[in-house]
Amino acid sequence: MAAVVGVVVFPGSNCELDVVEAVGALGGEGRLLWHGDTSLGGVDAVVLPGGFAHGDYLRPGAIARFSPIMAAVGEHAAAGGPLVGICNGFQVLTEAGLLPGALQKNAGLKFLCRPERLRVEAGDTALSTGVDVGTELTIPINHFEGNYTCEPETLAELRGDDRIVFRYVDNPNGSVDDIAGICSAGRNVVGLMPHPERASHALLGSTDGLPLLRSLLVTAGALTG
Amino acid sequence: MAPAIYAEAMQFSVLVETRLRTGVADPQGATIERSLPALGFDGVSGVRVGKAFRFTVEAADEAAARAEVDDMCRRFLTNPVIEDATISVAAGAPA
Repeated sequence: MAAVVGVVVFPGSNCELDVVEAVGALGGEGRLLWHGDTSLGGVDAVVLPGGFAHGDYLRPGAIARFSPIMAAVGEHAAAGGPLVGICNGFQVLTEAGLLPGALQKNAGLKFLCRPERLRVEAGDTALSTGVDVGTELTIPINHFEGNYTCEPETLAELRGDDRIVFRYVDNPNGSVDDIAGICSAGRNVVGLMPHPERASHALLGSTDGLPLLRSLLVTAGALTG
Repeated sequence: MAPAIYAEAMQFSVLVETRLRTGVADPQGATIERSLPALGFDGVSGVRVGKAFRFTVEAADEAAARAEVDDMCRRFLTNPVIEDATISVAAGAPA
């Protein structure tokens, strides 16, 4: 049975259909979930997509973390279920306390929308299983608040526990330690600013996002056995 | 009817100011600071950009109002990883 990836739609989400499409092309099933629901409906993995949930009012992710579905998302993560936050989804995960740190305005105060080179730094997370450490991928970024920051102790912990999953080759936004994506202590929750689903077909200019989404299906499938 | 004494809730006007914590880079503040000399404002330093929230809360007393706003700041109005808040509470509805 194909692994089912639930993609949460908040008011103001984007690229949710791109995630569904890419997951489908890889042999999984993508299913949209509404933020106002309280159940995940038994999906195997969850993606919080990009966009501007709730208009990014107050701070990106600050209001989305209180959406009714977030309690179930937190339970899914606590049970070891694969959970990925892409761009705005990453911001939601930090606001919800499911990943440490915060994403502040880009150092150059510019909205950045372009392909960016990343290096895979950890190969055993929900989004990087089966991808060799050191692999370089070109994947689009599309954000104004992608400048990752955290307490020095948190950074030491992320480094020590090998939880920095992706680094920028040429840091575009001022992120500490060139961080583009991190994972939870359990390695099942991953947040990243680049959009793998926007690099999922040759027509989009890159298929470098596919190995990452395939990893999500693999970890989701392993869980359901 | 049995006499009952209810604590009268008072109104407090609240001002919460949030800003990026010391040590957290503030690119907006830095950009504004760099722009000021172009308008002839020399000698300005330490520009930090934040937000202000004004609202009214009902509470039994000022300590209770402040405790509620503290909690609100910690859980919602600020992201404690990068932001600080200062809270002002005054008795009475805003003029």
